[in-house]
Amino acid sequence: MDRRQFIGGASALAVGAMAPGAVSAQAAQEISFFYPVAVGGPITKLIDAYAADFQKDNPGVAVKPIYAGSYQETIVKALTAHKSGTPPVTSVLLSTDMFTLIDEDAIIPFDEFVKTDADKAWLKSFYPAFMENSQTGGKTWGIPFQRSTVVLYWNKEAFKEAGLDPEKPPQTWAEQLDFAQKLTKRDAAGNVTQWGIQIPSSGFPYWLFQGLTTQAGAILANAAGNEVKLDAPEVVEALQYWIDLAQKHKVHPPGVTEWGTTPKDFFERKIAMMWTTTGNLTNVRNNAKFPFGVAMLPAGKRRGSPTGGGNFYIFKKSKPAEQQAAFNFIKWITTPERAARWGIDTGYVAVRADAWDTPAMKDYVAGFPAAAVARDQLPHAVAEFSTHDNQRVTKALNDGLQAAITGAKPPAQAMKDAQTEAMRILKDYK
Amino acid sequence: MTRLSRHVTGWLLVLPAMAFLALFTHWPALATFIDSFWSTPKGRRPARFVGAENYQHMLSDPVFWKAAWNNLIFAIGTVPASIALALLMAVWVNDRLTGRTLLRMAYFTPTILPMIAVANIWLFFFTPDYGLLDQLRGLFGGQPWPWLGSAETALACVIVVAVWKEAGFFMIFYLAALQQISPTLGEAAALEGASRWTYFRRVQWPLLMPTTLFVFVNAAINAFRMVDHIFVLTHGGPDNATTLLLYYVYEVGFKFWDTAYAAALTMVLLIALALIAAVQFGVIERRAHYR
Repeated sequence: MDRRQFIGGASALAVGAMAPGAVSAQAAQEISFFYPVAVGGPITKLIDAYAADFQKDNPGVAVKPIYAGSYQETIVKALTAHKSGTPPVTSVLLSTDMFTLIDEDAIIPFDEFVKTDADKAWLKSFYPAFMENSQTGGKTWGIPFQRSTVVLYWNKEAFKEAGLDPEKPPQTWAEQLDFAQKLTKRDAAGNVTQWGIQIPSSGFPYWLFQGLTTQAGAILANAAGNEVKLDAPEVVEALQYWIDLAQKHKVHPPGVTEWGTTPKDFFERKIAMMWTTTGNLTNVRNNAKFPFGVAMLPAGKRRGSPTGGGNFYIFKKSKPAEQQAAFNFIKWITTPERAARWGIDTGYVAVRADAWDTPAMKDYVAGFPAAAVARDQLPHAVAEFSTHDNQRVTKALNDGLQAAITGAKPPAQAMKDAQTEAMRILKDYK
Repeated sequence: MTRLSRHVTGWLLVLPAMAFLALFTHWPALATFIDSFWSTPKGRRPARFVGAENYQHMLSDPVFWKAAWNNLIFAIGTVPASIALALLMAVWVNDRLTGRTLLRMAYFTPTILPMIAVANIWLFFFTPDYGLLDQLRGLFGGQPWPWLGSAETALACVIVVAVWKEAGFFMIFYLAALQQISPTLGEAAALEGASRWTYFRRVQWPLLMPTTLFVFVNAAINAFRMVDHIFVLTHGGPDNATTLLLYYVYEVGFKFWDTAYAAALTMVLLIALALIAAVQFGVIERRAHYR
């Protein structure tokens, strides 16, 4: 027996030993599912459990999660696979990538699967704020799954030290500035030891900025995703307010502040209030060594925050039977009970109102009221900034914001340049 | 064996390597060159021939010029510094001193760490106020500074990380070269009464020239290739202050999905690298002392 024969024999043995499992797996229809998380960790265990449970309820369909890295890495993999003709059947990707996926002709709308009244009721059950990023041109292209919004976290101890009521977060822009001034501490030499507030501006400043612009009364992009208004007076006003916090009032750290280290700044008491995602709730709960509060963002002309996070999409080049099975899986994983459980386990906002009426969610909110802040803010929320050629338009806005924040351009000029660049990119989509 | 069959055998021997090289290097480079003259296919719109349009767009693209300029500064900032540091470290750990194995290992450590992990550590060094850098400066009464968050210092920070990462790797080459130098030369120099500096300048440095050339080529190529840390530290910001060419290629190709323009940018990068290699092998090789 030479070596090759030996290996062949061994693998035949292995196949024989696995036969029962192998046969059932072969009979089952396999649904590949790209999910944006790096390998390992608690989230993958949750997703694996969902896939196994679904197969128990639906023998004959095996959902196969493939962990594809960050959102950015996942869309790169999914679109590359689409271009080579073998995309995943379904994937969770950023809600803002909807136009990109449509333009690449990569996804199909959910409408053709929605046939029964129960299906129609299901489609209507999601919060309208989340559906804004999931529908365009009268069709539904994405189903909300792991969604978030921006909220304000505050350090109750710092509030007490500054003579503020630790249970009352700022309600308006004026209050936010006033509180931040009281919360900014300086040592004898005039160096700041604690900043009043931080709104991070690295990586994707447009998302937090959209909180400010919504509060100022501006809507940045139209629903068709081919028109933006980045140089509207309200937008410039919002940017001026942000910059003034740092440059004029000196209650916000100068320069571009890092998104990733903002929670750490908060834990280290370098900042007394921060704006960040609801997705940081569990992180803050585990790491803040002081009592903290979570609040809706303060109001300018109105309250407001963008939504964020990921939607389910179904890919066009997969087989119709697979697409139908993926649709069933998506329906299955977004029932009120499962949406509630997913929200509790991860910190994402449960995506439908009836999820919040389930006993599990009621218990959770009773024990941890901060969890409901994001839900209460949803009526004020708007779609996350999203257009055709999304990432390129977003970069134009991000560059403009960072140019203004670093002082390279005055706010009005920065937004005018961003608008010119964005409309140049979008002229092909009119 | 006839002349012909010898040639055939020779070609057959290099064939496997050539096949892989052609498949993964030559063909992609050629395909990129061709793609750069076509428009980006989108959905149902197939690619069409656009001639030099992608290149014309590049000329009027301020981000491209910014990235090219940044890359030049990045190269000037990283290449000489990492070579000088590598040489200094190598000469030092080449001497007989206690704990030199430990020291060599310490210098080499940055090389074996994954860049993404390293960048995450540096991210906290650069954090304003409680980051390591600002804490050290704080001892001398320095003010906190947003190192990565201001256009003036962000590129310099990115350069420092790159030098730190690379110097240890180049040190290994210098160390190997130094150990090839016959100790009799050192003894002869000592007998002649030459100072440490003269010995280095007149004996070691010329003998290290081939290594220097090799390291120089590698450092220059890396200056255009090393972008991993940008993803963690700055994402090319603030306002493109740290956007390097390859990072921009990635952005255009895999974030904007404008693959045709990305192909044109890649061609520029390829040509730049080819020019560097040509100049270096042409000019410096004549001065390098091969044995």
